[in-house]
Amino acid sequence: MAERTMKFKAAEAHKGHRGGGFQKPKDAGKTIRRLLSYITAKKTLLLLIALCLLCSTASGIAGTYLLRPIINNLTGPLPHAEKIGALLRGCITLFLVHIAGCVCTYAQSVLTAVMAQKAANRLRADLFDALEEKPLCFFDAHPHGELMSRFTNDADNVAFAMEQSIVNLASSILTFVGLVCIMIYTSPLLFVITVLVLAVSMMVFKVFGGRSRSYYRKQQAALGQVNGDIQEIIEGLKVVKAFTHEEIAKKEFAVLNDAYRAAATDANFYAGAIMPLSANIMNIGYAFTAVAGGFLALVRGFDLGGLATYLLYSRQVGRPVEQISQQLNSILSALAGAERIFEVMDAPAETDAGKVVLVGVTYDETGAMTETEGHTGHWAWKQPDGTLVPLRGDVRLHNVDFSYVENKRVLHSVDVFAKPGQKIAFVGSTGAGKTTITNLINRFYEIENGSITYDGIDVRDIEKDSLRRSLGAVLQDTHLFTGTVMDNIRYGRLDATDEECIAAAKSVNAHSFIRRLPNGYNTMVTGDGANLSQGQRQLLAIARAAVADPPVMVLDEATSSIDTRTERHIQQGMDALMHGRTVFVIAHRLSTVRNADCIVVIEQGRIQEKGTHEELLAQKGRYYLLYTGQHELD
Amino acid sequence: MIFKLLKFIKGYEKAALLAPLCVIIEVICELILPRLMSGIIDVGINGSGGFAYILRTGAIMLALAVCSMITGVSSSKFASTASQGFGANLRKAMFDSVQDFSFADIDRFSSASLITRLTNDVNTIQQMVGMGLRILVRAPMVLIVALVICRSINARLTLILLAVVPFMAVCIALLMSVCRKLFRAFQERIDGLNDSVQENLIAIRVVKAFVRESYEKEKFRARNDALRTAAVKTATRVVFMHPIMQICFNVAIVFVLWFGGQYVTGGNLLTGDLYSFISYITNVLMSVMMIAFTLLTVTRARACADRINEVLETVPDIRDGSADPAHLPPARGSVEFRDVSFKYVSTGTGDDVLSHIDLSIAPGEFVAVIGGTGVGKSSLVNLIPRFYDVTGGQVLVDGMDVRDYPLERLRERIGMVLQNNILFSGTIRENLLWGDPEATEEQMIAAAKNAQAYDFIMSFPDGFDTYLEQGGVNVSGGQKQRLCIARAMLRRPPILILDDSTSAVDSATEAAIRSSFSENLKGTTVIIIAQRISSVRSADKIVILDDDHIAGLGTHEQLLATNKIYQEIYMSQQEGVSD
Repeated sequence: MAERTMKFKAAEAHKGHRGGGFQKPKDAGKTIRRLLSYITAKKTLLLLIALCLLCSTASGIAGTYLLRPIINNLTGPLPHAEKIGALLRGCITLFLVHIAGCVCTYAQSVLTAVMAQKAANRLRADLFDALEEKPLCFFDAHPHGELMSRFTNDADNVAFAMEQSIVNLASSILTFVGLVCIMIYTSPLLFVITVLVLAVSMMVFKVFGGRSRSYYRKQQAALGQVNGDIQEIIEGLKVVKAFTHEEIAKKEFAVLNDAYRAAATDANFYAGAIMPLSANIMNIGYAFTAVAGGFLALVRGFDLGGLATYLLYSRQVGRPVEQISQQLNSILSALAGAERIFEVMDAPAETDAGKVVLVGVTYDETGAMTETEGHTGHWAWKQPDGTLVPLRGDVRLHNVDFSYVENKRVLHSVDVFAKPGQKIAFVGSTGAGKTTITNLINRFYEIENGSITYDGIDVRDIEKDSLRRSLGAVLQDTHLFTGTVMDNIRYGRLDATDEECIAAAKSVNAHSFIRRLPNGYNTMVTGDGANLSQGQRQLLAIARAAVADPPVMVLDEATSSIDTRTERHIQQGMDALMHGRTVFVIAHRLSTVRNADCIVVIEQGRIQEKGTHEELLAQKGRYYLLYTGQHELD
Repeated sequence: MIFKLLKFIKGYEKAALLAPLCVIIEVICELILPRLMSGIIDVGINGSGGFAYILRTGAIMLALAVCSMITGVSSSKFASTASQGFGANLRKAMFDSVQDFSFADIDRFSSASLITRLTNDVNTIQQMVGMGLRILVRAPMVLIVALVICRSINARLTLILLAVVPFMAVCIALLMSVCRKLFRAFQERIDGLNDSVQENLIAIRVVKAFVRESYEKEKFRARNDALRTAAVKTATRVVFMHPIMQICFNVAIVFVLWFGGQYVTGGNLLTGDLYSFISYITNVLMSVMMIAFTLLTVTRARACADRINEVLETVPDIRDGSADPAHLPPARGSVEFRDVSFKYVSTGTGDDVLSHIDLSIAPGEFVAVIGGTGVGKSSLVNLIPRFYDVTGGQVLVDGMDVRDYPLERLRERIGMVLQNNILFSGTIRENLLWGDPEATEEQMIAAAKNAQAYDFIMSFPDGFDTYLEQGGVNVSGGQKQRLCIARAMLRRPPILILDDSTSAVDSATEAAIRSSFSENLKGTTVIIIAQRISSVRSADKIVILDDDHIAGLGTHEQLLATNKIYQEIYMSQQEGVSD
């Protein structure tokens, strides 16, 4: 018994007062069945764990019970020598029972840990795999923080529950049942007192537990306000100081801080009072049992050993009751977590019915194509019947309608034609739908009406991976990955050699700044490129796209203000990347768009104007207004 | 150190003393019970005491249990009052001390770290105090009281416990030091895994655009498996605690029974005494375990205490100047830089951001500062309200060194629109009144009109009472900037500084703001930092910063004719318009 009690206390000490955050699963049965499928251990192993658990619980109860004959023997009528003999036998039996319990407990803990971690590992892997297959609209609908907490909170909770809570619950139930049986067996009369004490104890639990939870909620609300104020004022501290607003901020904080203190004092009082209350109810029971037991011994000759062991049991029986309710809570909250994890897993994955695949080809002297492995710089579409169609980079949007959310259309009958090698530029205010159009070309989202064709093939017939491999992308938010600069460039094409990566960096003007980094190409990029400037990140993203060397490019220009010199570098890099490809560029700087083959002006999801720079200037329409600075762009 | 923080218990000393006192009484009452039980066995049942003795002892036990309950519940009340009071005091002290930070201090700590220190670190320490007042008192008390009672029963048997306790303490300490390393490794793996998931989520478009899903899955799998290995290793070591505890308990109880049993048969010990001795074994060993665990938690809190002390002990390097507030120069709006050099000391690179700047701005002048990123434009204007101190030379406002002003008196002369400007959660009205809490409705409307913000404010259904979310996320970038300008204008300061604060406003609106400046802010010195030539061309004086010095000074026409850098900027922005 002892070690479980200690574990409980220690856990309580570590967690502080978390008692209030109860969550309940919606369909516990279904979730449990599904979770069980993650436990892949063989039946015999599970049986072994159960057996160990049973043995260790039994040894705990038996260990105390063995005291009964030992004590009775000491007070009994036997001669001294025989008493010593019996004492020795009793001690040896006790020792052996304890050792057996010890071995079983250890074996059970180790086996459970291994099994639980294996299951948690599979659960995390499945969750991540499922996540990777989700369409982008899924990520739009679920903030990163929410998805992250599937890993940080829910998966950890499930792992903890599988490793500890379930076993503890089983052991507590076994212990409780075992204790009740043996107590009734020892003295049914005394057990009546124990039942009464347990009932009172449960009632106190219920009342104080409920109070504690409602105060805890108040405390959390007050804490949220305090933390919100801290965050806001500290993030805006420079503004606070610029307006000499410090004293007011201090006063406002003092009010919130005090409200939190009051709420937290109550919440912590109730949470902290439960333990002494229930422990001392058991103590009161102990006093009654002692008196009643004494009477029984005097009147009915109740044996001393029996009384002693009963009293020891009566001090133990409260623990498993507390444990059961605590473990149940932690299991319920783990189940709720598992349910959320499964919900993420079960959300529909990206659909992909495309059969046409992208292949690398080489041309022989006669101009005939042969399919080859590896990067050749030449591409072809391979139809399901095996015929090869050379990739030219002809992309057409016909009458495309699109909405992110039902009934809120963001694109209305958009027509855009890009012939191989042409540069198409999109211009318009933020939210006009420029990025949306490019997201449709690589099928990040599915169109509602109309069609998009690529070299005459409907993009929905092209295997999604092939389609995206044929399109290079430099996105506005240039995300980088933890790893070296070289790794980040190679992200564009995993089999690219160092030389190819460096060549790509050179071709887009990124080489000179990389060379000046502390470790050149081996400089570590951390925290999404936090150690690089915005301009440098942009250049790396361009190099990453360059090494992929795709036939069609989608470029989304960075909006933030970059100084003139870096901007030039980026401009030159982009120009190099665009050379000889079909390019869709979303321009924020009008200097980028001037030499486009076609400039598409979009407002509120509709194409307003289309044409070359000269044509549009001559029209004196929206583009003219933008260009002459008479309209707010972004 | 943690002890330095103890002074924040102020105002709650009584509760802080009563809590451990109650715990001590609670422990004593509770631990006497088995001892009284041994009396029932030895005197009441085996002896001559009979019913009367049993009843009397039972009544005492009941009284003690009730006393223990009352003190136990009270200790919870006192501990929670003291620890929450302590936490509130500490949080308030930190908040206040952060309010007095200079910009350099804010930069050095970073906002994110300050927030963690004020929230997580304070909570950890506060919890530790609450725990310390109860558990850290309770566990040693149980150990001591139980051992004392044991000794009073039988000194020789107590020796067994005295041998087992240190053995167990050493075992636990050893196991903990092994586990702590494993825990750290395990935590690192968890963090690593979470970081990679987060990175993946943030960059999901890149992953999909480059078709790297399977590559990312492989990366994740490797991390996930490493985590599992670490987790299993940690778990299998941690559970070693069970055998240690059980063996200690086992050895203690078997030996006590063996020797104690012999004493009983020899008539040197009463049966009831042996019984109560056995009950105390659990108390003793458990308290050792508790002490070990709480000490572990306390050491963890040390890092938090250090981080908190760092904040509390920061002495802001910018403090009120010594000039008599009653005899400050009249506020007219002149600014002068005299041979000013400046570097950010905390960044430690040691290069001057500004060196030997001489610049004189007369009251009512419109001055524009232009130049590439990182040439110190913001640094230059931040020196005027003394957000930072110069490292050489001096900055004068209205003819007096800014270091001589009381800070508040200096800053009320200056309206500042910062580059990364922030609106606070609250209504538009509340935000604008930051500029001047006593402003009238008319003055506020006038400021909004001057900043070209009035029309869009009135286009919201709630007008000036429109609620802004934290960070002002429910207005556009351009609207936010105009609100910030209005807020600064409401101060009606002699000097108005705008640090790149119209970048998201379209040219036409910007022109309107500028013309309202010249109409309504006659006599106000206006200093702006801008990127666009169109924003600066009407200035009385354009300052071109390059690297760390002034590379040009004059009007638009003068600079366009003579200054290479200005011409270059002009060309890059005007390209193509002429053809």
